[in-house]
Amino acid sequence: MKLEPIVGRYAHIDGCRVYFEEAGQGIPLLCLHTAGSDGRQYRAVLNDPAITKQFRVITFDMPWHGKSSPPAGWEKQDYRLTTAMYTDMIMGFARALGLEKPVVMGCSIGGRIVLDLALKHARELRALIGLQSGAFVERYYDSSWLDHPEVHGGRACGAVAYGLMSPLSPEKERWETVWHYMQGGPGVFTGDLYFYQIDGDIRARVGEIDTSLCPLYLLTGEYDYSASPRDTEAVAARVKGAKFTVMKSLGHFPMSENPEAFLGYLRPVLEEIAAR
Amino acid sequence: MIENLARLVNDDPAIVRWGRRMNETFMVEVGDQQYLLQIQDGLIQKIEHGPFVQRTWRFAIRAKKEAWEKFWQKPPAPGWHDLFGLLRRGEVVFEGDQRVLMAYLQYVKLVLAAPRKA
Repeated sequence: MKLEPIVGRYAHIDGCRVYFEEAGQGIPLLCLHTAGSDGRQYRAVLNDPAITKQFRVITFDMPWHGKSSPPAGWEKQDYRLTTAMYTDMIMGFARALGLEKPVVMGCSIGGRIVLDLALKHARELRALIGLQSGAFVERYYDSSWLDHPEVHGGRACGAVAYGLMSPLSPEKERWETVWHYMQGGPGVFTGDLYFYQIDGDIRARVGEIDTSLCPLYLLTGEYDYSASPRDTEAVAARVKGAKFTVMKSLGHFPMSENPEAFLGYLRPVLEEIAAR
Repeated sequence: MIENLARLVNDDPAIVRWGRRMNETFMVEVGDQQYLLQIQDGLIQKIEHGPFVQRTWRFAIRAKKEAWEKFWQKPPAPGWHDLFGLLRRGEVVFEGDQRVLMAYLQYVKLVLAAPRKA
């Protein structure tokens, strides 16, 4: 038997029962999962001794996701993530856990929201890492099919996530990533995509990010067609001091679809942040 | 490519299982060539080559020959590796009953990517 060093607990924050996992000690590194998934995507980061010797790696399942509960009364409302909700949730979680100047790393919707954090909370954060960051993505498919009584949501969400990964990533990790998507609650992925495709359009403000207050690293897998390298490059071109890297052979879920390759890109970034 | 699909799919239980409940006919268009794929319990029962007159299908997936050739490369280039990737590029059109397409999306993706295994 092998026991992982990851410990999971529940916190009650703003009336929500929130599940989070952590491993390691040192600089807090708060990791944000993608739309419709949960913190298991960061299993390799939490299990990497090279990182956990210097960083306290923490990931929480957003309310409605993973092992976190939806708020009471969820059956009476549609879930729809907005920029304000998302930013408040992240900062509220960091405050509740007493995290002092955390590094925040997010992927996809998480890669988008770090741009908002850079604008609104730069002084409270040590650094920001956006994975698959884009300022906006145009709607190219109808996400309402992912929440339809006559379409199995788990199967449809899984199939959408499957395609966003690189065909070069290991099968085992790709299908693990799909499985997380297949386990999402009805309407949750679609509710997150409301932020991604509609409310979270940050194109008008992204140029105001000041990286002298908080460094911004942008890492994007080349096989992602949702937040493509071109989309991230457009952000980097407007944010002075942003450090942009294209991750070869990786797709939309780098930390989950090919953990080894991703860690090769992440470790030097974290070393640079730790040395600041 | 399409002609070999029946063997590539029907001999692979890892693909067939995703379409086990599917009993539908759908169209695949490769440039000006049309094919009707008849699926029964996840097996490709019949592939017919057009042109067709007044035939019924549940949904159609249409792309240029060049797009399919890029899609079928081993390995495909970024953005050409998935049906929705082609959709994002405007290189594929989905017509007909989108509910059925979305219900069997994983199966349809695996079937149409099967030529990469050849």
